[in-house]
Amino acid sequence: MKVAVCVSHVPDTATKVKIGQDEKHIDPAGVVFIINPYDEFAVEEALKTKEKFGGEVVAISVGNDNSKETLRKALAMGVDKGILLKTDKSLDSVGIAKALAEELKNQQFDIVFMGKQSVDYDDSIVGQLTSEFLGYSCISNAVYLNIEGQKVIAEREIEGGKEVVESELPVVITTQKGLNEPRYASLKGIMASKKKEILEKPIVETTNHTEVVKMRKPAAKQPGRIIGTDVSAVPELVKLLHEEAKVI
Amino acid sequence: MSKVVLAILEQRENKLKKVSFEVVSFSTNIATKLNTEVVGVVIGNDIQNLNDISKYGISKVLHYKNESLTNYSASAYTDLVCEAVKETDAEYLIFGDTALGKDLAPRIGARIDAGCIMDCVSVDFTGNPPLFTRPVYAGKALVDVKFNSDKKVVTIRPNVFKAQIPEVPQELKIETRDVSNPNLKTKVVEYKKSEGKLDVAEADIIVSGGRGLKAPENFNLVENLADVLGAAVGASRAAVDAGWRPHREQVGQTGKTVSPSLYIACGISGAIQHLAGMSSSKYIVAINKDKDAPIFTVADYGIAGDVFEILPALTEEIKKAKA
Repeated sequence: MKVAVCVSHVPDTATKVKIGQDEKHIDPAGVVFIINPYDEFAVEEALKTKEKFGGEVVAISVGNDNSKETLRKALAMGVDKGILLKTDKSLDSVGIAKALAEELKNQQFDIVFMGKQSVDYDDSIVGQLTSEFLGYSCISNAVYLNIEGQKVIAEREIEGGKEVVESELPVVITTQKGLNEPRYASLKGIMASKKKEILEKPIVETTNHTEVVKMRKPAAKQPGRIIGTDVSAVPELVKLLHEEAKVI
Repeated sequence: MSKVVLAILEQRENKLKKVSFEVVSFSTNIATKLNTEVVGVVIGNDIQNLNDISKYGISKVLHYKNESLTNYSASAYTDLVCEAVKETDAEYLIFGDTALGKDLAPRIGARIDAGCIMDCVSVDFTGNPPLFTRPVYAGKALVDVKFNSDKKVVTIRPNVFKAQIPEVPQELKIETRDVSNPNLKTKVVEYKKSEGKLDVAEADIIVSGGRGLKAPENFNLVENLADVLGAAVGASRAAVDAGWRPHREQVGQTGKTVSPSLYIACGISGAIQHLAGMSSSKYIVAINKDKDAPIFTVADYGIAGDVFEILPALTEEIKKAKA
């Protein structure tokens, strides 16, 4: 089985966002970057797939040199090799998906994993876009996966429940928390990852279909009031919710 | 007439979802600005409340019909919406930012070479080009985005744009298209409903619990309050990671980003990831012992006291008020 996993290098979720001077990106000063949390489920599932069916797992990232850190993390978890599709430009999701698809199509992967969403731009669409550009099937937001021959059965999380989805290989699966427990990189894995190859390639140039005109902070909430410290405040709270906020 | 706005309506179990009405209203507003009209698209079999859509100022709906299309099929739905785009020469396609919308919209975008702006929370048509605002970093920042592409795909966050009923009603024409051989390469074979009643992503009121509840069984206090309010139960990441609550209830970055009209945080201190996911709620109530907890910085009303005493009292008080 030829397995690819796409990973993205993102600010830690604990980051306090500061808007950069260009008012289009965040100010990266002092920001700690990590592997996108949802991509960890993708790496784990890719490794489990290889353990079950044999083959090779390749991790791919679109980004600048800093993304190598995230590729190393995937390699330390057990991925065989890394590819950095290098660009200093900020691409929108369509641009990223096109760059990924260009690379993936040359290598005829059976299955491509990636996180259901990257916790920076939160688009949740790169997997679905990539699958279309490749002509692959796609199941997004997967919390369960089983492959039998050419048949793929997955469960995806939706509002108020789960959908059981049937599809076929080759397929793109986007991963949601609950699919598995990502393994920790062992010391041996970390050592081995240093010897593994990260191939660098320029991305295929695309134009962005969407463009950020301005990034800004949401309007700050007016500080509210603490109306009490015990049950005696409860009637007042209910009154406020009913008469002032009019939400109950 | 040129370049219509396609409103993609969503049904589950043969019923149009509430977000579909919001999609129609949003589409109607855009169409007015562009001096064009809205065409609705719905895919499914017998949709019970399809006529309800006529109230919202739409004059034409294309209904792609086949028994096997009751459940979502990514492959078939993609083909059919693309067919509608071709037929109508649509410029804008509007979806709800739901599990289905998120899955389907980008597939269409890829096929018709459109840009995609997801999870839109406001739109400004006063300038040229129009700007679409969406949250990034789970709501820690907002971006105003414009399209560079000819075709444009937008998903709107549920509960943000209100479904409006125009004064002058429109006559609705439903064109039924019987679909003979849908492409069911990828298809939903079963829908497993989870026990809880409401999903946090769709609820108008959410009661959330965190580590301050101390044990999973104490979530019954949260559930009781949610019951009297007709609210969904949410949870902080701490409560989910501890295994007390399922992930589908998690609110915040790496969970769900929500904007209900009322959010009641119980025993939640307010980690930055949690605040990001719920700060855009219209009204926030915080109940937490620690008066310095960050949750109080976003709360409209707070009680700095013991959740174990306050929750039952609050539940009773609301019961009384509703009686």
